[in-house]
Amino acid sequence: MITDEQCRELERQAKQIRLTLIRMMGSGKAHHFGGSLSCVEILTALYFYKMHYQEGEPGHDDRDRLILSKGHAVPTQYACLAALSVLKPEEVPSLKTLGSRLQGHPDVRKTPGLEAPTGSLGQGLSFANGLALAARLDGAAHRIYVLLGDGELDEGQVWEAAMTTAHYRLDNLTAFVDRNGLQAQGATEAMKRLDSVPAKWAAFGWNVLQCDGHDLSALCSALDEATAVRGQPSVIVARTVKGKGVSFLEGRYQYHNAALSAGEAARALEELEQRGTEHTD
Amino acid sequence: MSTPAREATRDAYGRALARLGAVEPRIVALDADLFRSTRTSLFAERFPDRFFEMGIAEQDMVSTAAGLAMAGKIAFANSFAVFITGRAFDQVRQQVALPALNVRLCGSSAGLTLGADGATHQSVVDVALMRSLPNMTVVVPCDGPETERAVEASLTHQGPIYLRLSRYETPAWTSDVTDFAIGKAIRLREGRDITIAACGVIMGEALAAAGLLAKKGISAEVLDVHTIKPLDTDALLASAAKTGRVLTVEEHSIIGGLGSAVCEAVAERAESRIPVRRLGIRDTFGESGTADELLELHRLTAPHIACEAEGLSGIRNP
Repeated sequence: MITDEQCRELERQAKQIRLTLIRMMGSGKAHHFGGSLSCVEILTALYFYKMHYQEGEPGHDDRDRLILSKGHAVPTQYACLAALSVLKPEEVPSLKTLGSRLQGHPDVRKTPGLEAPTGSLGQGLSFANGLALAARLDGAAHRIYVLLGDGELDEGQVWEAAMTTAHYRLDNLTAFVDRNGLQAQGATEAMKRLDSVPAKWAAFGWNVLQCDGHDLSALCSALDEATAVRGQPSVIVARTVKGKGVSFLEGRYQYHNAALSAGEAARALEELEQRGTEHTD
Repeated sequence: MSTPAREATRDAYGRALARLGAVEPRIVALDADLFRSTRTSLFAERFPDRFFEMGIAEQDMVSTAAGLAMAGKIAFANSFAVFITGRAFDQVRQQVALPALNVRLCGSSAGLTLGADGATHQSVVDVALMRSLPNMTVVVPCDGPETERAVEASLTHQGPIYLRLSRYETPAWTSDVTDFAIGKAIRLREGRDITIAACGVIMGEALAAAGLLAKKGISAEVLDVHTIKPLDTDALLASAAKTGRVLTVEEHSIIGGLGSAVCEAVAERAESRIPVRRLGIRDTFGESGTADELLELHRLTAPHIACEAEGLSGIRNP
């Protein structure tokens, strides 16, 4: 159970992650703003509340693993890893530039702290299943967390993988769906109807939880509940807003992967600075 | 242990995996509803905890294998060659080759010798697909003993391997004591007039062709190029420099496989001009038939190989 004090601390952390993100992505160059901002609270709840993770020690055997199946949101993971002293704050602005450790999509050979090669969508859950099967085989206690996008659920392999997790009863794995309702070219329901995401996962044999994906208290409670379930994997369908935290980015698929002008980037930072840390929904 | 007179490389593979499972606890195996055909069943029976049936889902299987390898396992992923390289190509590209993980992609029932199931199931471009990927090693064993050596060698190899296996039964051309190392071609027959570079289970046709050529006074050297990537360029060029010409023989498209690899090496690295001819599947798909009928149809039997070699031998080396 998360205390009010813990919650306020996590909200402060989430605000810092957003500020780091906007500074990292800057202006004049296309970045995945929408999907990076929508999962800030999810990653904050994982890295700074739930996951067993030693600061500055990305290679520790006992660490819990987080796989971003929606690899394009890796800037949010970089921001978390920088806050955990796995990445250096000064290298954060080098994102996506030649020679940088911070690649456009996760590259496990280049960047400490990343657990899976993703980017081409639909593959992260399968990979995570492999990590979870290995952990079970080795009698290791660490847990595997996976973040999927909702648009990504169009990929058939996600459902192959969902069957595998359920078939092998991998209760050491917990998945999130970042249900922001938008994908690269429009609304998920307009591109290809998803209908009920929770019902789909339930039909595939998963324990399904739902929560407000920007409410840190709700996210932490859902995580505690999910990880207590035995004999079945759990998925948390987190309702989110694409571009969350910056008014002119919120709910706009056009900022799935786009550049901000210098003025927009400044405005975004200003908004985030001024914004309270309290839960605003 | 005595090796049967004729054996398919898939059988030798299954036997080797089950044997090595006892000495190497990091080995895990995955299959996509073909474990009896791929012979992974032998491993599955002995080590049920380390065998994962993935259902008819090759993409999921390859990505799961990559995750297991990331966690320190040596993951043998099994399906028909056509599916594991084609259906799951993007998973191999992103999650196996890019991070250079210890996944062994075992492509069973490869090539035309799959036989009656026809074009949809006959892999004729699998080597080309795998060879094009950075970090990938490609091994095409020619017989049972060589397959066993390849599986053994794979345990100490760092990075991904594509292992091409067949259901075609062939005598052993190598032996249990033949020196085997990934990336080192084996000279199966010494000659001075022409180099026949071959790989895989049609090695017997290449060797028989060399016998036919000998009767005509042409001395053919036969190289078993079991590793297509990295190609043993030194052995190939040394042989080519001696004989002055190279004929490649493979049960695969002439585009992108052994023939292409040899052409690239000879064109770029040979000090003198060496003519090369490629025998293989000439940019077409397969069809139903017996393995031997299909090899005949695609002119991959000894008399055709000998005929091509004879023609090439007649070319004056400029």
